[in-house]
Amino acid sequence: MAKYILKRIGLAVATLLLIIFVLFVLVRIMPGNPFPSERMSAEQIANKRAEMGLDDPILVQFGRYMVNLAHGDFGKGTSLYYGAPITTVLTTCIFNSFRIGGLAILMGTTVGLILGITAALNKGHFLDHFCTVFSILGVCVPGYVFLIFLQYFFSYKMSVFPYFFDASRFLYSSILPALSLSLFTMSTVARFTRNEMVEVMDSDYVHLAESKGMYGSKLVTRHILRNALIPIVTVLAPLVVDLLTGALVIEKIYGINGIGKLMVDAIAGEGVDYNYVLALGILYSALYIGIMLVVDLLYGVLDPRIRVSAKEGDA
Amino acid sequence: MAATTATTYEPTKEDFEFLAGRDITTDQNFASQSYWKGVAIHFLRDKRAMIGFGIVLVIIIFAIFGPIFSSYSYRDIVSYVDESGKEVVARGIAPQLGLGGDGPFADRMFLFGTDDLGRDLWTRTWQGARVSLIIAFVTIFIDMIIGMSYGLISGYFGGAVDNIMQRIVEVANSVPRLVIVSVLAIFMPKGMGLVIVALLLTEWIGMSKIARAEMLRIKEQEYVLASRTLGAHSMHIIFKQILPNTIGPIITQMMFSIPTAIFTEAFLSFVGVGIMLPQCSIGSLIESGFNNITTLPYQILPPIIVLALQMLGFNFIGDGFREALAPKLEDM
Amino acid sequence: MAEMNEKAILQFQDLDISFRTNAGTVHAIRGVNLDLQRGETVAIVGESGSGKSVTVKACVGLLDANATVNSGKILYRYTDEKGAQQVVDLLTLPKRELRRTINGSKIAMVFQDPMTSLDPTMTIGKQIMEGILIHKKADKAAARARALELLELVGITDAERRMKAYPHQLSGGMRQRVVIAIALASDPEILICDEPTTALDVTIQARILELIKDVQKRLGISVIYITHDLGVVAKVADYVNVMYAGKIIEVGNVNEIFYEPKHPYTWGLLAAMPDLETDDDRLASIPGSPPNLLHEPVGDAFAARNAFALKIDEKAEPPMFKISDTHYAATWLLHPDAPKVEMPTELVARLERARKEAEKYL
Repeated sequence: MAKYILKRIGLAVATLLLIIFVLFVLVRIMPGNPFPSERMSAEQIANKRAEMGLDDPILVQFGRYMVNLAHGDFGKGTSLYYGAPITTVLTTCIFNSFRIGGLAILMGTTVGLILGITAALNKGHFLDHFCTVFSILGVCVPGYVFLIFLQYFFSYKMSVFPYFFDASRFLYSSILPALSLSLFTMSTVARFTRNEMVEVMDSDYVHLAESKGMYGSKLVTRHILRNALIPIVTVLAPLVVDLLTGALVIEKIYGINGIGKLMVDAIAGEGVDYNYVLALGILYSALYIGIMLVVDLLYGVLDPRIRVSAKEGDA
Repeated sequence: MAATTATTYEPTKEDFEFLAGRDITTDQNFASQSYWKGVAIHFLRDKRAMIGFGIVLVIIIFAIFGPIFSSYSYRDIVSYVDESGKEVVARGIAPQLGLGGDGPFADRMFLFGTDDLGRDLWTRTWQGARVSLIIAFVTIFIDMIIGMSYGLISGYFGGAVDNIMQRIVEVANSVPRLVIVSVLAIFMPKGMGLVIVALLLTEWIGMSKIARAEMLRIKEQEYVLASRTLGAHSMHIIFKQILPNTIGPIITQMMFSIPTAIFTEAFLSFVGVGIMLPQCSIGSLIESGFNNITTLPYQILPPIIVLALQMLGFNFIGDGFREALAPKLEDM
Repeated sequence: MAEMNEKAILQFQDLDISFRTNAGTVHAIRGVNLDLQRGETVAIVGESGSGKSVTVKACVGLLDANATVNSGKILYRYTDEKGAQQVVDLLTLPKRELRRTINGSKIAMVFQDPMTSLDPTMTIGKQIMEGILIHKKADKAAARARALELLELVGITDAERRMKAYPHQLSGGMRQRVVIAIALASDPEILICDEPTTALDVTIQARILELIKDVQKRLGISVIYITHDLGVVAKVADYVNVMYAGKIIEVGNVNEIFYEPKHPYTWGLLAAMPDLETDDDRLASIPGSPPNLLHEPVGDAFAARNAFALKIDEKAEPPMFKISDTHYAATWLLHPDAPKVEMPTELVARLERARKEAEKYL
């Protein structure tokens, strides 16, 4: 098991390094120049390039970047937030994003699980159909559309919630964005849980358990839930990633100072801020790979078929 | 259990003659129906899939003919010059049938109203739907070709080739789509091209996984082994013999990829790196609807409804395909 | 309660079940009658799709949700705690009641595929103890001791260590032994085996069959054995029910079915059984496939595949004709007016060989 974990971690780190390298090279060989040329003279640009070491061989630049990165230093932006180190900006943004994202995941999985389990246990009845309709809606309508409506009705028309995010009233102003962000997770988890449970309930081993006299809540908790929930861990990873993507628009709409909005600012403004693109690219890739790794390991811990390997004995 | 209890029919003497002239060697149950015919029947009987199919069909028809038969252009502002020589623009008109009444545009029909600049939203919505559908179909089609070739080749050759190709897939799969988009934004101008390339770079992976899995499954079956022993060329086997068998799952995957593509387009355009003005797409329409939501709240509804219907339709069709291709047999 | 054969402990009376599917209603079970007596083994034989699994699933309350019981009863006779004889209809018993009082403790089941019938996330020890803990007023230690005893009974060595194993760590044959141990955990009176050896290697098949026979003898329980393999039937069964298209078309004791079969379908099944002396080109198969019960056949369901079909077969279903006290068959060929049809000579020769073979070993 320890060997398996180490191998997985090693692989993840190697993949991440490779991605960082490719990103770095791509960003450095980009066409044009990284500074808003209309605002700077040729001399200023040349000075700036020299100052940032952009004329050195690319491997040297990469080495320097990695050393700085090891110290937690992402450098400075080329057009966004002049002067402020990227790391400082990122820290605030990550804090906001993670709290809202975390809230969304928590709400999404909890409500999704409850909905899915209820639907499966009432298969073919009203609650099941309700769950189906809900999850179809959640999958077909993007979360940001919900946020637009919620914001329009609850903030603009009724003034129940703030119109924009306000870090000083964190929880209160997080409700709408976190709820919208969680809808996709919620409906996907609900649908997946329901289908997985229904399948498990029709499996031979549940039939065997029933034929030995198991029923009711004991059957559900001991045999059905445990087996149905293990695979749900695997959908959680892509869901968290979708959440990262969804957060982009949510943060833009609700004026949240998060990494998603930072990304939008870095790529969608007049000029593209290369250093922010690089820093955020690394951050997102690291998050993504980290989540996949955690899920992989979690799956290994939960599923005895992976945890306890090797077939032994014979009939 | 006795002979007298079970039947009400009174047999006659002639009844006890052998039935003659029959062929009992042909299997009446299975011989008559081909696999694809069975799939088609199952699909056509699937109510949900048919609803999805209907929705998609209606949207496609409107996307094709809506802008053609509209009396407005999607990019032009509706206006006229009044007696005093001043230009009157049809700005922010709520949905109306144009039955007359007060106001300068009371007799003009704007089914979805006009936007803040005075453009007809009916035309723009269907133009936007057209753009998203074109993006979705084009990218998914190319992705299918790339992904299928990749997966089939990887699965067919196996061994070292497969190993290397799968490591590449793994790395490609570890890069979030967002990062790909942001790097592309450095290299490319924002617009439709960026959306298409971003989708091309990400959606082929799922296809290649399915193609590879199918390949691994089919590869070892007798008919492939037979033609290999007979000396058939690798490419011939891959494309002539195995490809036809992978079509089912691939089509299913395509049906699920199309909504992803539509979603991604809407997302990127909303964020501001997708479709640019004066072009319009579902995403850019939602964005301008959002920007004007406090003044013209109706403006955001049409693109959102079209988006949701597209998603719904394709998802239903995909579900229908999946079930039709692998029907659950009743265990008896 | 309902009338029940005095000697039987389980009796199916005119069981009739249909399934709602997307394509329409499938009339899967069309009037099944079957008796099981204490201590005996009854086999149900038929092709896949004949309805044999559905029949037994009905009596353990495992019918799919889309199944409807149109008519019929499954009567079960047992002795309650006070020693009084009770007869219940398993079909009308509420599910909870059925699970609590019948499943496991009175009627237990062994499933076809041991690779899928054990919970992959639970150790086999726990899975065996579970059954004991629900039905018996036993504490954990007693349940554990009993589980160990059961593992040894079903021939698993090193039981102490195996208790902690997960199903994936065991081979198919081992797992089937575990499934049998689970089934036996609460001392059932009836054991239902649904193709328990089909998914196993041939060599392991024989050992599992031996095990079931051995356990039956030692514990004196009744067994319903479902299979499509007549070879298995010959080894284990006292009585044989041949099932076709949702009906039992021939029933008799094992000698009657094997040496004097009367139904052309049974002939077909016997002829399709490979034996060492039959040349490949003479190994017969029954032409065609079972009817699709979505469209219920008129008359005899087997007529379309029957080389000896009569005109009446297309008009009316044959009743059960009595051949002896234990042997019945549903074919119009047994009607007094029917032309005399003899078993195919090839089959006669084979059965003769088989009989001699059997006598040698007796």
